[in-house]
Amino acid sequence: MRRGNDLRARNHPGYWAFVVHRVSGLALAAFLPLHFWALGRALEGAGRLESFLRWTDQPLVKFAEWGIVLLLAAHFAGGLRILALEFLSWRDWQKSLAAVAAAFSLAAALAFALGL
Amino acid sequence: MVISPRDADDARMSTLDVRVWRGGAEGSFQSFEVPRHESQTVLDVVTHIQRVLEPALAYRFACRVGMCGSCAMTVNGVARWTCRTHVDQVAADGSLEIAPLRNLPVIRDLVADMREFFHKWAAARGAFAPTRTKRDDFARVAPESAARRAIDAAIECIGCGVCYGSCDVVTWNPDYLGPAALNRAWTLVQDVRDGARGERLAAVAGDAGCQACHTHLSCTERCPKGISPTAGIAGLKRAVAAAALRGKL
Repeated sequence: MRRGNDLRARNHPGYWAFVVHRVSGLALAAFLPLHFWALGRALEGAGRLESFLRWTDQPLVKFAEWGIVLLLAAHFAGGLRILALEFLSWRDWQKSLAAVAAAFSLAAALAFALGL
Repeated sequence: MVISPRDADDARMSTLDVRVWRGGAEGSFQSFEVPRHESQTVLDVVTHIQRVLEPALAYRFACRVGMCGSCAMTVNGVARWTCRTHVDQVAADGSLEIAPLRNLPVIRDLVADMREFFHKWAAARGAFAPTRTKRDDFARVAPESAARRAIDAAIECIGCGVCYGSCDVVTWNPDYLGPAALNRAWTLVQDVRDGARGERLAAVAGDAGCQACHTHLSCTERCPKGISPTAGIAGLKRAVAAAALRGKL
């Protein structure tokens, strides 16, 4: 029998970048069925879609939308980070890359929140 | 005798609370009080326990100067080379928890069984396959060439197993070759003198090879020699993909 690591070993920027990428991906995958269901309202007529869209104007739903934009931005930036790690020649700037990805995600989410 | 608060502070600072793993896969931590010294390393602490407090304690070391790769242990939850880890760096509150390397079977106390770690170096075709004999001239490798620079960045591995013990993919997939073996394979894939490139790329491709890396960067974060096995693994992924596209895999 062998033991794995606990959070003390995992607590470093590269691992957190992995966690953010993985969790945002799973959360977006969980959101997709809801997204398609909402689009499917249109098949039942403009009125059904319109009434659903009115429902999404509630502050709490708007707040949840902001969360989805944050997840999308984080997953997008995390994906670009992985592509850079895998395909560019590099040595010492992996942490800067994670920081840039985090900054991009927050900037995109803030821009969306301010634009609401 | 009256003890001033300052003396009491000094007394606390002059000893370390050390919890050391005892047993094999099943076991528990045993507590020791170890005198604190200037420039003391974690290996010094373990050696003090074995020589003064508990002669039955099993641990492994050889060179004490960061060359042999024998003394890696898990210190306060993080894999480290104990001979070059100063207590100052890791025991801010005066306490240490010392356990064997993770992801490997425990033989006893602080001694991990390294056999699978080195078997995987062999499985990743980690041995140089020469293409010349002693009658041939020296191979000329330009120091500034990209391949030589990639090798320079990865060649100083001492085989301590810190990366292997830090890697979650090894925990999740015990067949995974691991950062050190793949890093070794990467140095040989870059070696223009080597004659086993195809076999090596085949050996490191697949579920238990370079494609299994999740880019957690734990190996890169923890390598005491400052090597980035993640960079080498990314290079292997590119080399394997290129070979597959050319139908050479």
